[in-house]
Amino acid sequence: MTDRKPLKIAIASGKGGTGKTTLSTNLAAYIAEQEEVVLVDLDVEEPNSGLFFKGELIHEEAIFKMIPQWDETKCTLCGICPKVCNYHAVIQIGPTILVFPELCHSCYACSDLCPTAALPMIPKKTGTLRDFGIGNLHFVESLLDIGEAQAVPLISKTKKYVAANYGNVSITIFDSPPGTSCPVMEATKHADFVILVTEPTPFGLHDLSLAVETMRALARPFGVVINRYGIGNDEVIMYCREENIPVLAKIPNNRKIAELYSSGKLMYRDFPEVENSLSDILEYCVKEVKGGIA
Amino acid sequence: MREIVVISGKGGTGKTSITAAFAMLGGADVVVADCDVDAADMHLLMHPDYNFAEDFYSGEVAYIDQSNCIRCGKCVDVCHFDAISVKNKLFVVDPISCEGCGYCARVCPTKTIVNNDRLAGKWFISKIKSGSIMVHARLGIGADNSGKLVAKVKNEAKEIALEERKGFILVDGSPGIGCPVVSSLSGANFVVLVTEPSVSGLHDLKRVYELVKKFKIKAGCIINKADVNPGKCAEIVQFLSENDIVHLTDLPYDENFTKAMVLGQTMVEYDHGVLKAILTKIWEKVKQLSSG
Repeated sequence: MTDRKPLKIAIASGKGGTGKTTLSTNLAAYIAEQEEVVLVDLDVEEPNSGLFFKGELIHEEAIFKMIPQWDETKCTLCGICPKVCNYHAVIQIGPTILVFPELCHSCYACSDLCPTAALPMIPKKTGTLRDFGIGNLHFVESLLDIGEAQAVPLISKTKKYVAANYGNVSITIFDSPPGTSCPVMEATKHADFVILVTEPTPFGLHDLSLAVETMRALARPFGVVINRYGIGNDEVIMYCREENIPVLAKIPNNRKIAELYSSGKLMYRDFPEVENSLSDILEYCVKEVKGGIA
Repeated sequence: MREIVVISGKGGTGKTSITAAFAMLGGADVVVADCDVDAADMHLLMHPDYNFAEDFYSGEVAYIDQSNCIRCGKCVDVCHFDAISVKNKLFVVDPISCEGCGYCARVCPTKTIVNNDRLAGKWFISKIKSGSIMVHARLGIGADNSGKLVAKVKNEAKEIALEERKGFILVDGSPGIGCPVVSSLSGANFVVLVTEPSVSGLHDLKRVYELVKKFKIKAGCIINKADVNPGKCAEIVQFLSENDIVHLTDLPYDENFTKAMVLGQTMVEYDHGVLKAILTKIWEKVKQLSSG
């Protein structure tokens, strides 16, 4: 697997709890048996991939977002800052300017447009990034601080860290947050290929169709992996057929898999059919992105 | 009127199935609010009639009128979201990356950039099969789930409950610990945490409970699929007792939850045995705890 442009695979799902983390961790470990791979947990609100690996902590850093800080001595109370803030994060009460960090989007308008430089931007911690080494596997995760509402800046900074430090590694897997809103867009918009994990149930189908719309809006190539295959009904299969969406693999519904997951254990080594699926998924992603040249 | 919020931290623990069962048991006295607007699924079990529908606008998005653009590039310089790029010599806004801060429009020398209201989704008031009303919503694809649509759904549900003198609002919250969850939790009288006995379930439960503590709301916990990992289950039980969280009940791993879902039924319609009995008892307990 040489002579390849680095491949970025995002693993996402509309519905939570369908098996994103199961697929991400098992796929990363499977690839790591052969070559160097990066696994990045971008589900910063509830990151779980790290529960499946015990590695050596290589690097840890606090991640900050920039917010304005009022400098009373320079302020002339001209009234521009509350006017230019579209998020109501800067308000004026009498002779005081108040900043609400949780509402601030770090657009810099108030700070740049202040005529007396009375609102310098200062860093505020939003989370912590950790980088672990486990043989061939580099595992990077970020954890959003509790009470911090915005996940997107932390996701974006985590991606930048990975690009700067592991940009040359041939495969990077991004474990994305659930849903279809901003954090998912941020986590998947630069991926070469997106794998949507679903389960063959009405909830699974409904949320898959939302995730498909999201990927189409982002113009990302994508395929589906059906987890817990065997429960529910066959409507997910029918939907994928009608919509011409490739089904990359079906992971069987098996209580033993659920038990291994619940203990934080990888499962592909115990299930040869799952190992075959991982190989199929990887082969498909490589082919799809490189137009057949692996 | 009491407000009960069901959340889980981790997705896929059975939160919506359990909330729907409670809604059915509560009948006409419970107004339902589906606040998991990002991946709303309650409607698949409650069969709403979409009696009232309205667009929901939130925030803004920049738009460049090409006819007056002098291509000075100031907008690109000030944008911190990489939302403006040059395509075929034209400056264009990527609406997905644009956060609607309005900075570009303020510095545009020819005032050719305008900020349009952003359509963030749709919200509904429906009659549902429990004989009551549900307020629910659909977030637009890639929309900013900042909690505003969640707040809208909750506030509408609250108004209806007050007007019609209902006893309870039952809220299906979102996964995670960010804005939408914060929005789901505010004003609640009681929180039901639904978890599963796995490393992820426990990890996410601890994180979401940190958030619940900040709101000083009383909480109870249901351990779903409890028999999948008795060891982890014991760890969760210990965490609950150390944190003064009421251990409401354990539910077994049971594929009947999926079978009921396939039929579009809540568990208490599908099952008439042990599960229904447990859920009925727990719903009574939750009502009682929320009123205490």
